[in-house]
Amino acid sequence: MSTYWRTFKTAAWLGWEMDSNWTEPWLFLIYSIIKPVAGAFILVFMYVVIWSINGIADPQSFAFLYVGNAFFIFVGSTLFGTFQVIQSDREWYQTLRYVYISPISYYVYILGRAFSKILVSIFGVLITLGFGFFFLHVDMRFTPDRIPLFIVSLALGLFVLLAIGITLGAATFLMARHSQTLAEAVPGVFYVFCGVLFPLTILPSWGQSIGTAIPLTYWFEITRRILLPFQYNTGLAAFGDWEILAFLLISTFVFFGLSLGVFRLGEYLARKAGKLDMTTSY
Amino acid sequence: MAYAVETRDLTRVFAGKKRRFRRKRAASEGDEQLGPVTALDRVSIQIREGELFGLLGPNGAGKTTLIKILATLLLPTSGQAFVAGHDVTKDPFPIRQRINMVSGGETSGYGLLTTRENVWMFSQFYGVPSKVAKQRIDELMHVFGLWDKRDAKVRLISSGQRQKMNMIRGFVTDPDILFLDEPTLGLDVNAARTVRDYVMNWVGRERGKTVLLTTHYMAEADEMCDRIAIIDKGKILACDTPEALKRMIHTQTTFRLEVDPLRDTSTFQGMDGVVNFSLKDDASKNRTELTFILEDEAPVAEILSAITAQGAKVHALRKTEPTLEDVFISMVGRGFE
Repeated sequence: MSTYWRTFKTAAWLGWEMDSNWTEPWLFLIYSIIKPVAGAFILVFMYVVIWSINGIADPQSFAFLYVGNAFFIFVGSTLFGTFQVIQSDREWYQTLRYVYISPISYYVYILGRAFSKILVSIFGVLITLGFGFFFLHVDMRFTPDRIPLFIVSLALGLFVLLAIGITLGAATFLMARHSQTLAEAVPGVFYVFCGVLFPLTILPSWGQSIGTAIPLTYWFEITRRILLPFQYNTGLAAFGDWEILAFLLISTFVFFGLSLGVFRLGEYLARKAGKLDMTTSY
Repeated sequence: MAYAVETRDLTRVFAGKKRRFRRKRAASEGDEQLGPVTALDRVSIQIREGELFGLLGPNGAGKTTLIKILATLLLPTSGQAFVAGHDVTKDPFPIRQRINMVSGGETSGYGLLTTRENVWMFSQFYGVPSKVAKQRIDELMHVFGLWDKRDAKVRLISSGQRQKMNMIRGFVTDPDILFLDEPTLGLDVNAARTVRDYVMNWVGRERGKTVLLTTHYMAEADEMCDRIAIIDKGKILACDTPEALKRMIHTQTTFRLEVDPLRDTSTFQGMDGVVNFSLKDDASKNRTELTFILEDEAPVAEILSAITAQGAKVHALRKTEPTLEDVFISMVGRGFE
């Protein structure tokens, strides 16, 4: 256990240094604030365009997409964070071979590296939500009695994201720099099918089936139920909060088991094919 | 007897790669099969605890492949390899607790961290207490001449300094078995001297420490190693102490000639008394250096005649003591470069 903790701690320290140490602290702070705020402005612009076309203001829809988009920050950064570890250690820093042959769990190492991304994302999400609430008057409420449910759902959502990230990341053991494409494409799929910007009911039936098979859909649903004072018809209205949470819990276990298996397989195949410390020159 | 490292008929074949999406110039070319390549061919070696063992061979001989297998980075295709008594295929974790590896000529490291932070981070993966690690890092930074750069970010230091940092990374965890893959490649003369001295002292001073060193520098292997295995095209050609290897050709005579570039060297091949020979072109001087391993001195006159018959001049002729390269030439009929 101490090996796992030591690995996690050191990897998280490394991740944090890499994420935050590229510039002066004050510049990093400004960047961390401006980035999510700029993202929020894109949403505002989209909303204003739709509003001007329809001629009808729809604050509930805006709140729906605003909250979805705020929490999508976790998806992009956590997935990219886990994908990027193998590729960057192998191709850019050329340290993968030395980290890999050290007496640690490489799986835990990746979790540690991704942890710093989550920390940075938490800041981004809080800034986005705060900016929306105070400056854009997004209709949100956060009652103290919902805090435990929020914390549990957030933890499960992040665990699922890490598990998905590592599952897909295992593929990068066997891929060259093309894995960058994967890191961009997969969050794109989630953006469309998990009810981030619009409810599942807008999708065709096959699209809804895909959406309901992805655990993140339930995470976005429960998060909105906690933060928004109204319930939007997302196609999951038939399920209560605890049922949604149960789906999330089960899928967390399933995806974690899957990630362990796929990671071991990817690692074995890479070691067999001699691709663990492969560097490409293109 | 328990060995620090033991391999039994270790073989590694890298699968070929199909090129499917090339220009349509020729259909057959589109399916060109590159490989498979046999990097290691039934390699069996035993390295004793406390030994400084060298693996000497030209580029592409299979040295790095062997180190990668022993360091648990790569799986063998067949055969077995044991490090500290553990099978590299089935039981890598206990091996990793006892080994470390340094590869020369590469510039690995996290650019945003300082040299000290880079090394410290790796020491933490090995469970070295932070205080002990910092003390060791400072000592090693002094030894390898990196003390002035201890707080410099890795992106700002030279490739040679990065290599020194990686040497420190290799020693800071105090491994029982250290794999050094061409550790002096790309280092300046003084830095290479420091590395060689430190490695030899480390093995001599610390009881039970084992080093497997790969190199294509003959003098380095000769000076440093207790025993040397000569490897070429994945096969171990000979394995013994440097002296014993050189004694293998002590009954033979080595001559080196510096001549004008030759049109034809095939005449030397069937010449009586010529065991083997190699040639190396020196473009800067526009000359060719020929090394002959001869049964005795009798063929020298015939060799000189063959050279002058081509209109080439002989600029120098020396009879030399056999080197490890001569052993290699005697076995495979070419030098390392």
